[in-house]
Amino acid sequence: MISDKLIKVGMADLNIASNGEVLKTTGLGSCVGLTLYDPRKHLAGMAHVMLPSSSIARENPVNIAKYADTAIPRLIELLLKNGASMNTLRAKMAGGSQMFTLPGQNDTLRIGPRNVESCLLLLEEYKIPLLAQDTGGNFGRTIEINSDNGILSVRSVQFGTKEL
Amino acid sequence: MTNFNRFEAFELDVLKEVGNIGAGNAATALSTLLNKPVDMSVPSVRLMPFEEIAERVGGSEQVVVAVFLRVEGDVPSNMFFIIQEEYAQHLMEQLIPLQHVNDGVYSEMELSVLCEIGNILAGSYLSSLADFTKLQMMPSVPIVAHDMAGAILSYGIMHYGQMGDSALLIETKFIEDCKTIEGQFFLIPDPDSFQKIFQSLGVGSS
Repeated sequence: MISDKLIKVGMADLNIASNGEVLKTTGLGSCVGLTLYDPRKHLAGMAHVMLPSSSIARENPVNIAKYADTAIPRLIELLLKNGASMNTLRAKMAGGSQMFTLPGQNDTLRIGPRNVESCLLLLEEYKIPLLAQDTGGNFGRTIEINSDNGILSVRSVQFGTKEL
Repeated sequence: MTNFNRFEAFELDVLKEVGNIGAGNAATALSTLLNKPVDMSVPSVRLMPFEEIAERVGGSEQVVVAVFLRVEGDVPSNMFFIIQEEYAQHLMEQLIPLQHVNDGVYSEMELSVLCEIGNILAGSYLSSLADFTKLQMMPSVPIVAHDMAGAILSYGIMHYGQMGDSALLIETKFIEDCKTIEGQFFLIPDPDSFQKIFQSLGVGSS
């Protein structure tokens, strides 16, 4: 990987890439790495979503990239502004695992699966087809999307690298 | 606590002392376990941006062995004992006569040993802290994970997500035998727990 083409997306962060640039986010646990890709413009976007809904936010100002229900609209907006068209956008996502399971755990700690559900709902709302996902489990993932071809590679400690 | 992003200097000092007491006892426990002197660093306590937290243990992609305990009771918190893979190896070699095959995979037995070490250390950390503060702290059963640091630690700071982009953690480092073994303790009290700690130590505004 040529490093100057690599754009790092941090936790609760989002970004877009084009011209063969690669978007990468590392160490996804319960967070979800959601990617959108426009194959005609070779334009890719990635959001590292941490929480399912901004309705629980107690921060001010709200970090839009942190919540699924605010990050995805913002990412779409950014892509459209840069030439993508709504009906060609395709989604892929990974992450949303449950790193630790405690006995008698309540629902608020099932953040991973809830992040995934929330992303799915949003995609449905915007009518963006989900081409592939690698979600759930109890392990961490690092993901990269190539803006040339929209291939999402997912790496984990146990299972190595796979391409979606 | 209305404004979470502002801690007074003396409040951070109190939390530092909390880390000192807990980790001091845990270091003693580790030293007894290994029959060797164990040093610890002065705990560092501050609000750390999410990105930076994983950097403390080598980056969010760095594969580490972590023992996680959820603490319930008066001060709900998350606790991690984190060691790098190579140190985990040293630690096991000194404690059990198991021949480890270095293929990046741990057997159930090895993980169980590491989990128990983490459990003993976390237990001594918490019990000394509970004695000192007179607060009730009940750790869950320990859970061990061998995975990317970012994925592991993000689990512990989830409660902070809705409040901002940084978390307060109490971090202490162990160094044994000229760095052959190095481990880190992270105590991450839930955002609402701080006032309880301050009050129990007589510095809280009620």
